[in-house]
Amino acid sequence: MDNIVTIQNVKKVFNKTTALEDVSCSVCRGEIFGLLGPSGAGKTTIINILTGQIPVTAGQVKILGVSTSQLTNTQYSQMGMVLDNSGLYKRLSTYDNMFLFAQIYGVSKNKISETLEKVGLLASAKKPVGKLSKGMQKRLVLARAILHDPKLLFLDEPTSGLDPTTMGEIHKLIFSLRENGSTVFLTTHNMEEASKLCDHAALLNNGKIVEYGVPKELCRRYDMDKSIRILLKCGEELHLASTKASAGRIAELFEQNQVASIHSSEPNLESVFIKLTGRELT
Amino acid sequence: MTTIMIKNHNIAAVFKKQIKDNLKNKIVFIQFILYPLFAFVFTEAVAKGQQDILNTFFVTIFGTIYAGMVPMINMASIISEEKEADTMKMLMMANVKPYQYLIAIGSSVMIFFSLGAFAFGVIGGYNGIVLLRFIIAMLCGGLSSLLLGSAIGMLSKNQMSATAIGLPIAMIISFLPMIATFNAKIESVSRFLYTQQISYILIDPNTVSISLENTLIIGSNLLFFLCVFVIAYRKNSKTN
Repeated sequence: MDNIVTIQNVKKVFNKTTALEDVSCSVCRGEIFGLLGPSGAGKTTIINILTGQIPVTAGQVKILGVSTSQLTNTQYSQMGMVLDNSGLYKRLSTYDNMFLFAQIYGVSKNKISETLEKVGLLASAKKPVGKLSKGMQKRLVLARAILHDPKLLFLDEPTSGLDPTTMGEIHKLIFSLRENGSTVFLTTHNMEEASKLCDHAALLNNGKIVEYGVPKELCRRYDMDKSIRILLKCGEELHLASTKASAGRIAELFEQNQVASIHSSEPNLESVFIKLTGRELT
Repeated sequence: MTTIMIKNHNIAAVFKKQIKDNLKNKIVFIQFILYPLFAFVFTEAVAKGQQDILNTFFVTIFGTIYAGMVPMINMASIISEEKEADTMKMLMMANVKPYQYLIAIGSSVMIFFSLGAFAFGVIGGYNGIVLLRFIIAMLCGGLSSLLLGSAIGMLSKNQMSATAIGLPIAMIISFLPMIATFNAKIESVSRFLYTQQISYILIDPNTVSISLENTLIIGSNLLFFLCVFVIAYRKNSKTN
């Protein structure tokens, strides 16, 4: 598969503060890539570099085969963006916000209704954006970003502050975008979201990528305990080694009908991150 | 996947958006109505009943304030709001060029401004070539204010700072010609401002012919604001 995003040895310094140090990774066409890390790790800086908003201090960044310092009309028309701030016209209606960008991108009016329906906002098309809920505004930003069927979609914390239902709807939409051939570059500090959505993930801490890979493989790689946790009906919790030797004991507990629940102890991405950096993902 | 070719429809798209937004933005919209309304009320209630006050006195006063203040405040407010809400960023990243944006926003403000200028002319009782001369003088003033307002908007981080910077400047530029009516010393300074020169033309567009002094001062003001605007534009392009 060819790379749609390539980041090579990128360094970014603001005044005297180093925000990114030797960051390298790549994103293949048609995948959902997650950049994970706590607030202040440098996620938004990377998005800003990738979208050509700020230059790098050192290193090379290419989007759709072109250096981000030379992005033109051609690349921007193939990119969609959901950035940290909504960038919506609050006094204008949902439809008018979409109409503005439909005209700029030369997209037909039918596509506006089609896209609004996809994000469940068609019924609110005439409502002023200022009167939409936060979740609806997020969905509108997403609708605007996908209006022109971008090849590459940047999502900067697309679900932060949203309720689980809206979050689930946005996740479904992200999956459908991938099915339609779009590549998604996602930043989040929600590890559960990353595990669910991403084909590949990079863990970013203090401006450095500390780990990269397929989320499930990362979790397996850092499964040091390799134990099985059993909750007994009497309330007692047992931790047994995940080895052949424990099989007899586990079978015995089941035979005696004592098991309330049983779980393997693979770490999730959050515990991998904590293991690697010693800090929480908040 | 649809391949998109961005056509040169950006000015029209942003212009239509801004016309809709101006109509829905009460703070912006009311300014275009308020000053002609003041001129109408004062002309009807005060000037027409008094023999020693010209019927066009309040049209001149409020017309000058309108030309000096409204385009400047509105441009500064619109641009700074777009910067604060990140809508300008989204437009620029959709490849709307800064000059396309400014032409679109500026045109929308000037259309509303022209309607107000026409209303002033009608309230002043002008018609034909005199009305045209009146409106052209107003438009020259409006354009200068527009450029200055754009520069203020581009240099301000948010709406609050745009108002903090723009309002005192707008007040000085707009009110000095009115104060100069009562104070010759102030007039000796204010005559170098475009608003004062426009005020001279607006006093009696029936008979006043546009002099070399009018043209030179309005032209040099316009040129100066254009320079300020270009500097602000360049600075803004670098920071955003």
